[in-house]
Amino acid sequence: MFISLNRIIKSGWVDFKRNSGLSLATIFIMVLAISLATSLFLFQKTSQVLTKTIAEKVDMYIYFNTDLSSDDILVIQQELAGLALIRDIEYVSSDEALKRFVSRHKNDQALMESLEELGANPLLPSLNIQAWEASQYAAISSFLNNSSFNNLIAKIDYQQKKPVIEKLSSIASSINAAGIFSSIILALIAILVAFNTVRLAIYNSREEIETMRLVGASNGFVRGPFLVQGVISGFLAAVITLIVIGVSLFFLSPALKFILSGFNIFSYFVTNLFLIFLSQISVGISLGFVSSWLAIRKYLKI
Amino acid sequence: MISFQQVSKIYQADGRTITALKDVSFEVQPKEFVSIVGRSGAGKTTLFKLLMAEEKPTSGSIFFEGQDVHQTSPNKLPFLRRKMGAIFQDYRLLPSKTAYNNISYIMEVMGAPEEQISEDVPKVLEIVGLGERSANLPEELSGGERQRLAIARALVHQPDIILADEPTGNLDPFHTQEIIRLLLKINEMGTTVVLATHNREIINNISKRVITLDRGEVIRDEAEGKFIL
Repeated sequence: MFISLNRIIKSGWVDFKRNSGLSLATIFIMVLAISLATSLFLFQKTSQVLTKTIAEKVDMYIYFNTDLSSDDILVIQQELAGLALIRDIEYVSSDEALKRFVSRHKNDQALMESLEELGANPLLPSLNIQAWEASQYAAISSFLNNSSFNNLIAKIDYQQKKPVIEKLSSIASSINAAGIFSSIILALIAILVAFNTVRLAIYNSREEIETMRLVGASNGFVRGPFLVQGVISGFLAAVITLIVIGVSLFFLSPALKFILSGFNIFSYFVTNLFLIFLSQISVGISLGFVSSWLAIRKYLKI
Repeated sequence: MISFQQVSKIYQADGRTITALKDVSFEVQPKEFVSIVGRSGAGKTTLFKLLMAEEKPTSGSIFFEGQDVHQTSPNKLPFLRRKMGAIFQDYRLLPSKTAYNNISYIMEVMGAPEEQISEDVPKVLEIVGLGERSANLPEELSGGERQRLAIARALVHQPDIILADEPTGNLDPFHTQEIIRLLLKINEMGTTVVLATHNREIINNISKRVITLDRGEVIRDEAEGKFIL
């Protein structure tokens, strides 16, 4: 058993070196397939980060009547914080709201003058809410409308932001759906091309395979070296892809950082290097192994 | 050892029916030397293909060492084939392996240890006169050298039977005599030999059993036969 395994691996390696031209072509196609899979993975991650960044900028304000004490509002805050839909909730008192308003508009002379003329603080105390996803604001809004403290709420700014929130939520889910769909289609194409390359390589050896069977080699002994070649090709393709993508991201990252609102894709790549490499190796080796297994099957019937 | 029982093989090609073998029945005993003679297309190669389970007969059964060859499961077939040493008419060498590796492959298949392989392979290459050519690929060998390599491959694992399909077809008279002498010697040592040929001189000189095929039928089976067609 051990002798056979040793011989199969050795023979696979020798054949891999001997058919170097064909092996290189197979590796090249596999590099394309794995690069495509990795790029799609990174694109998915980038689109997730992008939609998350935009979604984070969306929030919701619940304005309370002025006669409500800060303690009452804090009780409501505590109740809302228990909701699974809410990621973050912050109490903004009237004074705090005014401070923020002044600091934001201090250069707007006219606005400042009209505020002074008004005499009192016109801003209402509020709770600023951030949900996990843009689509969750509708549910939070309906929860508030049906809550026991609904009569204490002066207004919810959800209705004003509703169209923006809904559009953002639909864009986010469209990007994800399109990403998943194109990933599947492109991955299938890449797998088919890689499979056909391996099939052609094995087609070249069909007579050799038949002879091996006729002189008494078992299916495992015939198939083994081809599987080893497939695995070597897949492994080398994964290593080459890792290097190519790593170097590309290193040089592209500064430019992309600007577009991706500060997200450093190279750092993300380096942080997840092990996981990405493991996935690439798995894809490469499985592609090589399964393609060889399927392609050789028909010549073993003799 | 071998038993053909009313074996027929019919091919369908382009709507035509070609009968390669028709109701062929004969037996070969252990340690026998049997020659199968006949013109080209008489069915000699088909006979070997059926015996090695490379093709299935249209009807009839073929037994090898008591085992129905075509009822043997694909997993057990390699073990059956390892008992046979086949010299194919078209050599069927492994083109990507050197002369040495073509021979060592059979021993590797059998699970022979490395020491035995490195001892036996050079010996058998020497016997067929290819000692100097062990590192060459089949494409770098002449027709006669390839044929001798095919013979060496069939002998190296000391099979129970040698199936030789035109083993001297590409050899000069000197090497032809050498190979026939070698087959006779192997037979004397106890290995069954089935030799298919249309070389009249060989058959008439060796005075062994001869089965004559004509258009797929056995027309003669003589204990000390001559080449008569």
